[in-house]
Amino acid sequence: MKKILIIGASSSMAEHCARLFAARGDSLYLVARNQEKLNSLQKDLSVRGAVKVSTYVMDANDYKSHSKMLDNAEVTLDGIDTVLIAHGTLSNQKNCEQNVDLTMQEINTNGLSAIALLTDIANRFEARGKGTIAVISSVAGDRGRSSNYVYGSAKAMVTTFTSGLRQRLYKSNVSVVTIMPGFVDTPMTAAFKKGPLWATPSKAAKAIIKAIDKRNEEVYVPGFWGLVMLIVKLIPNGIFKKMNL
Amino acid sequence: MQIHGWGNYPTIDAEVTKPLYLYDCARLINGGPFIARGMGRSYGDSANAERVLQTTQLDRYLDFDANAGTLTCEAGVTLREILSIITTKGWFLPVTPGTSFVTIGGAIASDVHGKNHHISGTFCEHVTEITMLLGSGELVTTSPIEKSDLFHTTCGGMGLTGVILTATIKLKAIKSTNIIQTTLKADCLENIYDQFEAHQSSTYSVAWIDCLASGKRLGTSILMLGEHAEDGILESRMGKTITVPTYMPAQILNPLTVRAFNKLYYTKVSHQKTSTVPYKPYFFPLDKINDWNKLYGKNGFVQYQFVLPKAIGIGGMREILTKIAASGAGSFLAVLKMFRAQNQNLLSFPLEGYTLALDFKMNTETVSLIKELDAMIVDLGGRIYLTKDALMSSQTFKATYHQWQQFEMVREKYKAVGHFSSAQSQRLGLL
Repeated sequence: MKKILIIGASSSMAEHCARLFAARGDSLYLVARNQEKLNSLQKDLSVRGAVKVSTYVMDANDYKSHSKMLDNAEVTLDGIDTVLIAHGTLSNQKNCEQNVDLTMQEINTNGLSAIALLTDIANRFEARGKGTIAVISSVAGDRGRSSNYVYGSAKAMVTTFTSGLRQRLYKSNVSVVTIMPGFVDTPMTAAFKKGPLWATPSKAAKAIIKAIDKRNEEVYVPGFWGLVMLIVKLIPNGIFKKMNL
Repeated sequence: MQIHGWGNYPTIDAEVTKPLYLYDCARLINGGPFIARGMGRSYGDSANAERVLQTTQLDRYLDFDANAGTLTCEAGVTLREILSIITTKGWFLPVTPGTSFVTIGGAIASDVHGKNHHISGTFCEHVTEITMLLGSGELVTTSPIEKSDLFHTTCGGMGLTGVILTATIKLKAIKSTNIIQTTLKADCLENIYDQFEAHQSSTYSVAWIDCLASGKRLGTSILMLGEHAEDGILESRMGKTITVPTYMPAQILNPLTVRAFNKLYYTKVSHQKTSTVPYKPYFFPLDKINDWNKLYGKNGFVQYQFVLPKAIGIGGMREILTKIAASGAGSFLAVLKMFRAQNQNLLSFPLEGYTLALDFKMNTETVSLIKELDAMIVDLGGRIYLTKDALMSSQTFKATYHQWQQFEMVREKYKAVGHFSSAQSQRLGLL
């Protein structure tokens, strides 16, 4: 049995990960903004086999509340084995371009709030010399594209930050897993037209769990996105700037 | 987007909303009539509408009492999912239809039946409570005691009374997930009827019937009996599946290939053979083949299931089988089953007698054949299963579902009229 903290637990991908954790009898501590959603997750995950499911209401953008939540999680779970940071919003790029406040808010939610959490969690795990920190970043962070560079730049920050953190914590036996999902059919992407490149949240969750269990690096979900993004990154700027991606 | 039922006929351009939480459902109420839809496994157009509320993401459990054997979950949880959780704890679904890829909401709306109907009745006879959203936006709880008129209209009500949000079911205790299966061969219709009667106490019974057999061989079939094993393992392996990659040319299934398959199948099975098999291949043989419906080609197919009352005897079934055999249009997958008496649910399909289900490739000959069969079934006092129907006329429906007017009165009373409607309900002349 593992003791798992999930931040952004009501996101579709996180919920499907939680179902897999529950099925193997893990103990869960769920953090999200909405108590009503947490209540229905709590009941569901208990039936699915979780030994214990606790909930905590928090807005990740409220940095001051992070350490109290983490203290509480450590006490309730009696130590944390794995943290999954999964909260986020898919920014409306066009609206962000016209609105500084909205852009800052999106960067906060998708980038800075994760950085704040990671900073605190890293110190706790480093001191104990064990644990796994998994963060859902995005392929959007690999290269800025006109269609979603606000969201992408926030995720780029998360990817770069965790890359450095992984090096630092390697010595302390703490794994840092950066998950890079491609297109996943979740409410966040409800407005998009779906095609063969799209994965279901339950498929994505299986890959995420596998990564959390076995890897200590950047993991593309599904795996072919590693190749796709490698190609995208290799396109020379002279050509890239003229493309419509 | 274009949607269709499992038979791939007919299709409709629909606006599909997939709520994530139960409280998101009420938002759909004021935008015009719609129908709730689960896995889209009903064959015809009963889950087709211009506006559709797809429940597949309402797939959470609310409670599972492993001591008492009761389970409460949201409408979009599939029977497959439920089985994966309850079987290892020594529980089973009280009634299972031919596929596990249906949601609990769909199972209730269709009041599905299984191989144990002659003993256990329909799925809804084991539902103890339903919470649902009415056309007024009100959330209500209904059960055989509380608002029982609404309960008996919703069970088997094809989603036309409101949106089923959650349901509580009473499970069946098992000691093993294995089934002890016995196969018996019957070389004519009298023989298979006799065997059904003789094995009434068998928990599960269903027959595969060769619909192309005619003359003396008419009614050639294999009866499959089943009992839950008394000892052994409790496990829920998902098992390997294969997928039909694309729509097959419809010509692959023709009288020649089907006849050859049926003969071979009948010869291969040995009489009075008993074996122990896992529950999945026993109850859900076709779930192993993803998208098997594509075998019938792009134009799709119609599954036709009717029941004839016991009182009219064997003659009616003989008449219909003769007609089908003469058409040469029947499929491999024809299933014969004995039903016990009907329940109180107003539009529930089963009535005491024998039911036959088979597939027809969709084409103009099928449409006219079904029209003729419909007329015969009306004359014989039988009826056609709404969950499989795509072609029935309003007259046939009203002549065979005798409680349709009462059904409409209860819908009126609970503000369903004008809020819940499907392509099927419009075709059948329901408000």
